[in-house]
Amino acid sequence: MSKSNTILYLDGVSVSFDGFRAINNLSLVLDKGEMRAIIGPNGAGKTTMMDIVTGKTRPDEGEVFFDGQVDLTRHDEAEIAMMGIGRKFQKPTVFESHTIEENLMLALKGPRSIFPALFHRRSAAEARQIDDILGIIRLGDKRHELAANLSHGQKQWLEIGMLLAQDPKLLLVDEPVAGMTDAETEETARLLKDIARDHSVIVVEHDMHFVRELGVKVTCLHEGSVLSEGTLDFVSADERVVEVYLGR
Amino acid sequence: MITGRFFAAGADRRIAITIFILLAVAIIVPLLNLAVSPTSAFYVPAYIVALTGKYLCYALLALSLDLVWGYCGILSLGHGAFFALGGYAMGMYLMRQIGSRGVYGNPILPDFMVFLNYKELPWFWYGFDHFWFAAIMVLAVPGLLAFVFGWFAFRSRVTGVYLSIITQAMTYALLLAFFRNDMGFGGNNGLTDFKDILGFNVQADATRSALFAASAVMLAFAVFTTWAIVGSKYGKLLMAVRDAESRTRFLGWRAENVKLFAFTVSAVMAGIAGALYVPQVGIINPGEFEPSNSIEVVIWAAVGGRGTIVGPIIGALLVNAGKSWFTGVLPELWLFALGGLFVAVTLLLPKGIIGMWDSWRGNAKALRAASVAEEAGAKVAVASATSKPARSPARNPGEWSWSEPEPQAAE
Ligand SMILES: Nc1ncnc2c1ncn2[C@@H]1O[C@H](COP(=O)(O)OP(=O)(O)OP(=O)(O)O)[C@@H](O)[C@H]1O
Ligand SMILES: [Mg+2]
Repeated sequence: MSKSNTILYLDGVSVSFDGFRAINNLSLVLDKGEMRAIIGPNGAGKTTMMDIVTGKTRPDEGEVFFDGQVDLTRHDEAEIAMMGIGRKFQKPTVFESHTIEENLMLALKGPRSIFPALFHRRSAAEARQIDDILGIIRLGDKRHELAANLSHGQKQWLEIGMLLAQDPKLLLVDEPVAGMTDAETEETARLLKDIARDHSVIVVEHDMHFVRELGVKVTCLHEGSVLSEGTLDFVSADERVVEVYLGR
Repeated sequence: MITGRFFAAGADRRIAITIFILLAVAIIVPLLNLAVSPTSAFYVPAYIVALTGKYLCYALLALSLDLVWGYCGILSLGHGAFFALGGYAMGMYLMRQIGSRGVYGNPILPDFMVFLNYKELPWFWYGFDHFWFAAIMVLAVPGLLAFVFGWFAFRSRVTGVYLSIITQAMTYALLLAFFRNDMGFGGNNGLTDFKDILGFNVQADATRSALFAASAVMLAFAVFTTWAIVGSKYGKLLMAVRDAESRTRFLGWRAENVKLFAFTVSAVMAGIAGALYVPQVGIINPGEFEPSNSIEVVIWAAVGGRGTIVGPIIGALLVNAGKSWFTGVLPELWLFALGGLFVAVTLLLPKGIIGMWDSWRGNAKALRAASVAEEAGAKVAVASATSKPARSPARNPGEWSWSEPEPQAAE
């Protein structure tokens, strides 16, 4: 396989926790500008795969490349984030003692060293960006509220907003619609499709309705490796997938 | 720029009041000591000036801990070490000011060195005859130690209890080192018998008053600085690291550098506190490195309310006033009282005095708003549709319970 023109390239990746193989010889390639949906039963290793890409977990073996040439296994979380990989966590993780606006301000793309932060004053451009994002995630009227007071679904949106503020090249979005109503789910699908127009995106989701809405190539993981890959119809017709996943 | 923000309406009223009080005290207390006749009812005796000056240094130490513990969740059990190092730097200057007035009359060597048969001044005592040099060391030594210590600890992601334990080990190691005579810091006895500071007699009333004023002004300045740091974008980041460290990394922030900066600034503040403390108490010895000292600082901050800037100051003042009183009346029970206080605060006032005060006022506000809304609701049903709580007329903060519980209609 050639790495050129890929935004993310995993080959033969394995990782074990206390002898348990959470990721087992996983190979996965994402082209530049592509959006991919990843499905798979609980414990399939979807979140662990994201941990590996973002530098949280070091793989025991295998290659992980970003943008065709950067070996991600040699970098830590902050470096990887600065290269342009953003992440939304499965359990929404926002800064609860800060307001919505402050959460976005901390995520906003820009210098990440201490002294600029110490003497930072919000520029008009930044204020505009934050306003835009607040509009997109529909939390404009709550901008001065503490993130702790948001509902689960709103926290998901705030985290998506933080991703937008980071403006990464590759977005890893773990279960974005958990805790959302059907209408909100549709809205999220629309938003992600919008983002995918100029970003590469990986979305992990259990909600098949949502995955169908996205209308992109689907990869099904099982026991740490790829079980099946293709359109949703193809994957859901695959016998092995039906067996381990849809037939539950 | 930051000063501008302070005077703008954004300044937290409580911080402004604290700074104002400290500056006022810095003027008034020395005046009442120096310019008022000792027979007057307003006279402040010199020993009170010295005692409260000492408390202000403790308050500064507690504030320095608040920056790392309250705002970044780093429970340092070694802040006493930074305080003591600042104190030693000042003590070395004061020792060298003694000159040939020591018992042995050696113009260069302090008494203890003559006594221990030192032939010449150890290299690390060079420069301490200049105040400016000592002043730089007061900042640099604790700052550098904190920087090096923090560099290793935060980079290897030591957090929580483990970090607390190694800070405690750090102060303990320094305690043992400074106890040794051949370290060149006066061993067990430490540094004492000071004569002059900047050419003024340390014992004189005017000098004591000046030291008191310096402590109060320095504390006010530290309150302002801490407030400015905490209110900046960096401050938001500091709290973000406290609440969800790994999340900040995935946003590209280097959490270890965030912590390192706060830890170093905090150590410098603690060092300044120590430097102001030593001329006021007249001695610095290895006992200041005692691990229990650092733990006491944590108790002050906890009692006052961590993460509030003002809380740890109040905590330090109250606990130390209590300590002075207690050790006068029932000296052997003080440690039990302190331990009991810590347990009681942890169980009953988890957010400390300031935190309790705030939730009190928060409740009172909610109560007031509720009762006002109820009155309004009785007249106009539409009023309940407004989402903003109705504002009640301004009242004294203390009168939180003015509204009688009103009989609730059955629903
Ligand atoms: N840090 C860790 N230590 C030990 N085991 C882990 C760790 N991280 C993940 N695992 C294990 O690896 C397996 C894969 O977990 P992972 O969270 O990647 O699954 P997932 O596909 O995201 O599942 P879900 O759909 O439930 O989120 C699980 O069995 C989990 O218990
Ligand atoms: Mg998962």
